[in-house]
Amino acid sequence: MHARLFRSLYRIRRVEEEVARVYATDKIKSPVHLSIGQEAVSVGVCDALRADDVVFGTYRGHALYLAKGGDMNAMVAELYGKVTGCTRGKGGSMHLIDTECGVMGTSAVVGTTIANAAGYAYSLKLRRSDAVVVCFFGDGATEEGVFAETLNFAVLKRLPLLFVCENNGYAIHTSQAKRQGLPDICARARAYGMPAERLDGNDVLTLRDKAESAIAKLRAGEGPQFIEATTYRWREHVGPGADYHLGYREKSECAPWEENDAVRVLAEQIPTEQRAVIEAAVEREITTAFEFAETSPFPHPSELMTDIFTEDANDFAACQS
Amino acid sequence: MISPLAKAKSPQALRESIKTTERTRTFVEAVREATDEEMGLDPNVVLFGLDVDDPKAIQGTTQGLVEKYGAERVFGTPLSEDAMTGAAIGMALAGLRPIHVHIRMDFLLLAVNQLLNVAAKSRYTYGGRVNVPLVVRAMIGKSWGQGAQHSQGLHSFFMHVPGIKVVAPSTPYDAKGCLTAAIRDDDPVLYVEHRLLHFQKGPVPTESYTVEPGKARIAVAGDDVTIVGISYMQVEALRAAKYLEDVGIRAEVIDPIWLNPLDTDTIAESVRRTGRLLVVDTGWTNCGAAAEIVSRVAERLQGERAFRFKRMGFAPTTCPTTPGLEDLFYPNARTVAAAARDLVEGRACNWLPTERADLRSIEFKGPF
Repeated sequence: MHARLFRSLYRIRRVEEEVARVYATDKIKSPVHLSIGQEAVSVGVCDALRADDVVFGTYRGHALYLAKGGDMNAMVAELYGKVTGCTRGKGGSMHLIDTECGVMGTSAVVGTTIANAAGYAYSLKLRRSDAVVVCFFGDGATEEGVFAETLNFAVLKRLPLLFVCENNGYAIHTSQAKRQGLPDICARARAYGMPAERLDGNDVLTLRDKAESAIAKLRAGEGPQFIEATTYRWREHVGPGADYHLGYREKSECAPWEENDAVRVLAEQIPTEQRAVIEAAVEREITTAFEFAETSPFPHPSELMTDIFTEDANDFAACQS
Repeated sequence: MISPLAKAKSPQALRESIKTTERTRTFVEAVREATDEEMGLDPNVVLFGLDVDDPKAIQGTTQGLVEKYGAERVFGTPLSEDAMTGAAIGMALAGLRPIHVHIRMDFLLLAVNQLLNVAAKSRYTYGGRVNVPLVVRAMIGKSWGQGAQHSQGLHSFFMHVPGIKVVAPSTPYDAKGCLTAAIRDDDPVLYVEHRLLHFQKGPVPTESYTVEPGKARIAVAGDDVTIVGISYMQVEALRAAKYLEDVGIRAEVIDPIWLNPLDTDTIAESVRRTGRLLVVDTGWTNCGAAAEIVSRVAERLQGERAFRFKRMGFAPTTCPTTPGLEDLFYPNARTVAAAARDLVEGRACNWLPTERADLRSIEFKGPF
């Protein structure tokens, strides 16, 4: 399991570092919100999921997309705006999807997918499926009305829905303390009637264990569960660089997170030779993905007007049922 | 967008496509019947919204359905328009066919993010990998002091954004056929129903049928002026045509039925003959559905056929509750007839027909 988790963490870290490196060339035609430093939250939770379980996420969605099994070629091509991207170049970094492996959507408008996840969970319950839904969102999303509305509905209907608040302490450039009167997000979840637990978002092993137990409760019909995972955004809100020069946060604030970096901590628990094999394989995958993106074609101009309604292209009508 | 379906039949054929039937039903019964039939045919159809399972059952349109299909498929919701619309989208992504009901259209404003940022855009954003087969029923209120927040026709907001279909049936026949089509449609559909239309009776076939997107209907044929009436204003337009008969003017009255996709062909063809176009909306004229219809006809006929035109709709103010001012806020059969006559004569005639008892507006007895 350690090797599997390390591979997933390393894969996300390295591909985003490559995204950041290539970004300066202007070949990536999409605003990117990097997950560097936050990978363990998606990796820990998604490792406890089955392929037929479903996740919804946010515009900072690269880690989630890859952790749930999304295709790296399709993701990088999507960032390049190529037709081989996971949404044929029409969604970009903020709207990744992979219906094959249960990545059902990410949204640029904060909080939006929380409610979509609840509806998906309702449908699973109606069909007596034992699959579950996990909804990832940031600390900022808990300030949106839809958060409160959805928690209420999820408890009311005992939905098989795990809420995962990825709390990195900032919404764009504003700290949680400047935005929330009550910083205890778990307390708000409990107020709606669901169990909630605050976890260290760098501790991928504990996250995985807790997620596994929460998911077991969902499958047993015990109703929605809530995890708040504390983490930290190493890079700027949007874009490839660091932003400590803006003055809204100190570099020293990141130091403990870097010292406790999930990627490095787990790497140290893998035998050197095994680690080298994993790293080499991931590097090859990344090289291939960028080559794939570079050499793939852009969508044909006719694609501007396809997929507005189903009448345009029934070929693509199949979605998960 | 010109629907291929709109091209398929001539206006004459469309007129005749309404099946003759002895069976008369109200608009409310037609809505209920379409929902019942589709829920019976397809276990994926689910129905929810605030109060759909209460004793009044959304003016009767959802009566008996919870007993028939169970509380999992028919349920009342918390007062959470944003989350419930988002949940409806999530259900649709998972393969259900949700019908989300709003007893007042005004509450759609609480759900606009989900409707316009997610429902309308998901299929395109995700490169055709998902569909959102969602129906949103939204009721427009009018009269008896409904006031500022219970009277608005907000359909033009939704016509503005690609990816969501908009339908506003005015007859019980279309109420059933359009709702059936909307439920079976793989795209999100906003189904606009006017509270006053709920009282209307008309022929409704027993069997299941659809009134497909993109087809307008010529309700009354005429050569002097084309009157397009949207939603409830179709009723006032039909009455206006009667008043106009008294002064020898033969109006062609068109019900667009579907506002997106809009059947420009049928309307433009009519204006090509009449040379006059009056569009009457149950909404404000500024940036509204009437402006869109006039623009499309103008684009189609420019350089070929000059025509006179006018938009009518809500007075450009907030809807008052006091009866005298409320009456002035809305177009009615007599003011529509007067505007149509001005178009035909090409001048201000200062004519307002004397009210005919047989053409009086529906007398609504509140409360709702």
